[in-house]
Amino acid sequence: MSGLDEALNVLRAALGEGLRTVTEFRGETTAEIAPANIVAACRALRDAPGLRFTRLAGLTAVDYWPEEPRFAVIYLLHSLEKGLSLRLLHRLAGDAPSVASVVEVFPSANWHEREVYDMFGILFTGHPDLRRLLMPADWQGHPLRKDYPLGYEEVQFTFNFDEIDRKKPYAKE
Amino acid sequence: MGVEAKLGDLGLVTLTLEKAINWTRTRSMWPMLFGLACCAIEMMSAQASHYDLSRFGMELMRASPRQSDLMIVAGRVTRKMAPVLRRLYDQMPDPKWVIAMGDCASCGGIFNNYAIVQGVDEVVPVDVYVAGCPPRPEALIHGIITLHHKVEKEKLAAHA
Amino acid sequence: MPKSDSGRRMPGMPPQASVTESGITPEAAPFDDPRLAEYRHLVSERALSGETVVLNMGPQHPSTHGVLRLILELDGERVITCIPDIGFLHTGVEKNMESKTYIKALVMTDRLDYMNNVGNNLAYALAVEKLVGLDVPPRAQAIRVILAELQRLSSHLVWLGTHALDLAAMSVFLYCFREREIILDILEMVSGQRMMTSYIRPGGLWRDVPPEFEPAVREFIKIFPHRLQQYERLLTKNPLFLDRTRGIGVISGEAALQAGLTGGALRGSGVNYDLRKAMPYSGYEQYDFEVPLGSAGDVYDRYRVRMAEMPQSLRIVEQALDRLPGGPVQSANRKFVPPPRSELGQSMESLIHHFKLWTEGFDAPRGAIYSAVESPRGELGVYLEGNGGPKAQRVYWRTPSFMNISALPILAKGHLVADLVGIIGSLDIVLGDVDR
Repeated sequence: MSGLDEALNVLRAALGEGLRTVTEFRGETTAEIAPANIVAACRALRDAPGLRFTRLAGLTAVDYWPEEPRFAVIYLLHSLEKGLSLRLLHRLAGDAPSVASVVEVFPSANWHEREVYDMFGILFTGHPDLRRLLMPADWQGHPLRKDYPLGYEEVQFTFNFDEIDRKKPYAKE
Repeated sequence: MGVEAKLGDLGLVTLTLEKAINWTRTRSMWPMLFGLACCAIEMMSAQASHYDLSRFGMELMRASPRQSDLMIVAGRVTRKMAPVLRRLYDQMPDPKWVIAMGDCASCGGIFNNYAIVQGVDEVVPVDVYVAGCPPRPEALIHGIITLHHKVEKEKLAAHA
Repeated sequence: MPKSDSGRRMPGMPPQASVTESGITPEAAPFDDPRLAEYRHLVSERALSGETVVLNMGPQHPSTHGVLRLILELDGERVITCIPDIGFLHTGVEKNMESKTYIKALVMTDRLDYMNNVGNNLAYALAVEKLVGLDVPPRAQAIRVILAELQRLSSHLVWLGTHALDLAAMSVFLYCFREREIILDILEMVSGQRMMTSYIRPGGLWRDVPPEFEPAVREFIKIFPHRLQQYERLLTKNPLFLDRTRGIGVISGEAALQAGLTGGALRGSGVNYDLRKAMPYSGYEQYDFEVPLGSAGDVYDRYRVRMAEMPQSLRIVEQALDRLPGGPVQSANRKFVPPPRSELGQSMESLIHHFKLWTEGFDAPRGAIYSAVESPRGELGVYLEGNGGPKAQRVYWRTPSFMNISALPILAKGHLVADLVGIIGSLDIVLGDVDR
């Protein structure tokens, strides 16, 4: 696993204090960094000559409500030539956090960040086109947050059939 | 009916106007291509050569709502898609019928959440519900035949 | 005059141009409508003055790829800008899976990419097994490979049928669905369901394959190569097909990687990245197969890549069937895998395990993994995070069609509208995969 050790050294050199913890779980390495350093970290990993993490496999977020810091944004980086995968993670606190966008480093992050904004409400500064992607443009709320309700509708069985039938908005002609 | 009984077999058939119109409506009902999700694939399988839908007169799947009679809502309808569905239904000329194909169109299916309309009958009035996830092509054909039976019993003034 | 549509307007649809005595007023330019303001920064200057037409290729259109909405800025027939608007099939699967236990959430995975049901099950089962550290017996792995490759064949057949249908070759559609029926019969024999099988579960399979499975698959292996040749004869050297696909939608390998493409779309541009070779799973390293690559990166090369993948899939199925080991098809770890029904009458422990697993579910450790498989569309990855409880903290599906669609604006620039249909077909998108 010397390739990943090299990657972590590159990160340490580029970020210094910004690299907070490195965890390993089931053979996968995750590096937690400070949110302010995300663009520098991505650029360092992409441009490092021995590593070439040119591919952003995925970008997503997790909501740990009611734990603080509430959000974690996860970047899945992949080096095609060396066959290495590394995960970057940073935690954001608050209800409408913002972080720098990595679109200039990885162009494929465009839609991923739009989806994270749509689902979690995390703002990406420097993103050319931050609009809702999956929900309608006038939707209120961010669905994948833990305090957003699932929208569960009561299931209609025989014992409550008439009650639900009365309340359901059937379409007339 | 009356004339045949009196004069024997003249190669004639007598019907009421209502029966004749309902017969023509069922025998060449053109479905609108409204496949949304997985049920659309089973609808396409029903259209293909194994379970042929063209033997029921439904060979032509028109994409334009202006030229179709039957809207088979095949698949899950999201809240973003619901106004589109209603607009397309309004664009279809009378007489028109709706089959809600599959569990998601009938009642929301396994997706009981914020994004899916719980039953397409909240958006358009439905004539036949076909259950299944996805319903087999044979189940869809059974639903279509049920609709044909329903149409054959319709009164003339049903579609103004 | 068109009838009013009961007040419900399709989002983003411009109002009727205003007609006065002197004709249609030029001031009613499309972008005066405030609802279209959200696209103002994406279209060129010429659209704002009304020189180019902004056309809505709405969610319901004949190329049967699902509910995708494209906003096209057209100069005559040429596409200047293409803005995809997705989300018409957003099902909220990720949030729904967080509210179900790990075993019960498997049912929702079939319905994501509805052409690749077995593959989705496989991706999720591999992710859960990686998270909790569950073993899978070799017989189950081999059967998983056979079913996944059969599903790849069925998905490529639908792709070929609909792609050819869009380019006006209707008979190919009927032939492809004829073959697909045979594969669906095999899936039904094995699991009882044609499409949403839920057959591959964490720990192995639901139950062992019946004895009719092997003869049915061998019969299919015998007849399929001849059928493939039929399709090749119809399309590959057909001058009409070549005219419509050569040189259309070209993207270089480097640009494809930057845009996030994976799967056949990436390999059509010459980049050798197939997860079955790069990060093998479920025993793929034991099978001998090739990964076809294109060179020009146009629609034709993507077609050739997928056509060449089909005989390779058949090769894998044959090898797996020849070497099929005996043994159990489920892990024996009763903490995670429910026992077979036959044991429930005899063993009290089995009954308790069955009860606890189906009511409460098993607990997963705190931690996150990412596990990816090669779906017929590209890299299908699951990022699964556990929180110590029976329900997932986060299930993120990294779906291939999502990224493939995001590259559409790059691919479609400068082409005719008729070519656009071919480009969308060549990307092999499934809207369930895009919107989740």
